[in-house]
Amino acid sequence: MSRYESLLEAAGDTPLVGLPRLSPAVPEGAPPVRLWAKLEDRNPTGSIKDRAALFMVREAERAGRLRPGDTILEPTSGNTGISLAMVAKLRGYRLVCVMPENVSTERTQLLRMYGAEIIFSPAAGGSNQAVAKAKQIAAEHPDWVMLFQYGNPDNARAHYETTGPELLRDLPTITHFVAGLGTTGTLMGTGRYLREKVPGIEIIAAEPRYGEVVYGLRNIDEGYVPELYDASVLTRRFSVGTQDAVLRTRQLVEVEGIFAGFSSGAILHAALAVAHQAVKEGIRADVAFVVADGGWKYLSTGAYGGTLAEAEDALDGQLWA
Amino acid sequence: MAIEVRIPTILRTYTGGAKSVEGAGDTLSALLTDLDSKYSGLRGRLVTEQGGLHRFVNIYVNDEDVRFLGSLDAKLNDGDNVTILPAVAGGAFGFAAAAALLGRSTAPVR
Repeated sequence: MSRYESLLEAAGDTPLVGLPRLSPAVPEGAPPVRLWAKLEDRNPTGSIKDRAALFMVREAERAGRLRPGDTILEPTSGNTGISLAMVAKLRGYRLVCVMPENVSTERTQLLRMYGAEIIFSPAAGGSNQAVAKAKQIAAEHPDWVMLFQYGNPDNARAHYETTGPELLRDLPTITHFVAGLGTTGTLMGTGRYLREKVPGIEIIAAEPRYGEVVYGLRNIDEGYVPELYDASVLTRRFSVGTQDAVLRTRQLVEVEGIFAGFSSGAILHAALAVAHQAVKEGIRADVAFVVADGGWKYLSTGAYGGTLAEAEDALDGQLWA
Repeated sequence: MAIEVRIPTILRTYTGGAKSVEGAGDTLSALLTDLDSKYSGLRGRLVTEQGGLHRFVNIYVNDEDVRFLGSLDAKLNDGDNVTILPAVAGGAFGFAAAAALLGRSTAPVR
């Protein structure tokens, strides 16, 4: 069905498309190894985050935590903010996003277009300043509601109830599922569902490995692991560097015509690793991976053109996934 | 047998500022013990007193998380690349800010 009562109902049920050119060749007579891309950029605001945003808001409404006219506070400069802004607009909430002032202009323009308010924290202060600012705002407005996607079980449930069943319906022969690791919601929800239904399925995480600048600020004793994260859902976890992510993002559009963001390139990199391993071992594989968003929001980075080294420089110090 | 180990900025005080060092060992545990003999104190920053990997440390062998390869028992081969990183995945800003907002501590579990 492709008729919906409103944009909110049009979230999810995204296409799963084969990648006949990027799937590795297998020797004659060997079982097939195929890659499949789940095009989450086909959601209402163009990213997989629409699923979680919608689910978290609906469940908060059901539980009475969110009432008409309420204000939602979200510390995000990314896709979740954009998804929440759309959902908030259509459901009648005010959205306030807290973000460092050096985020890309596409982000702030999109958020404002959807009606979100933005509170900036000084770029120079980095994440420490942003944390201080967020703390201060929360203290001043105890009635504002934060959905807290990193620890909200409804984030993972969105994927348990939608992404997982869609994948199994469209690809009953699925052997591997590969997605990005951020809040961990996609992998936890989809992974749990598929593990229940498909014995022996591999659930593989691809996490971005940023430029040194990003880690340089981090103390090894002060990390943060999202509350949603349960390592037992995963079978493997890959760290993908900027250059590999850019290379695969470019291959996606050059070889298969899929224009995706850099996190999807990182995910494809991990998907190709397990696909090639299956070829080497001579086993059948249907590897489904997530295209989390399109490349539009990242064009201003300049990382789609020039050499790989130039692209890596362009993304240095940025949280590209 | 030589294994290249990439050291995060925050731990380079142990390696005299070196971004990457060489070590030896047929398991991750053996490698860290070898490194600790040259860069005293390094192992203690990565491994807890109980003998497990520190919660906020991620170690990768050829880009794969060792927690899915046997953790400290992960097998190593000549020419492998080992990368040590603080736990900061996608949305690092969101992690820190969200944790702070909810009054959750980002301090280590000791």
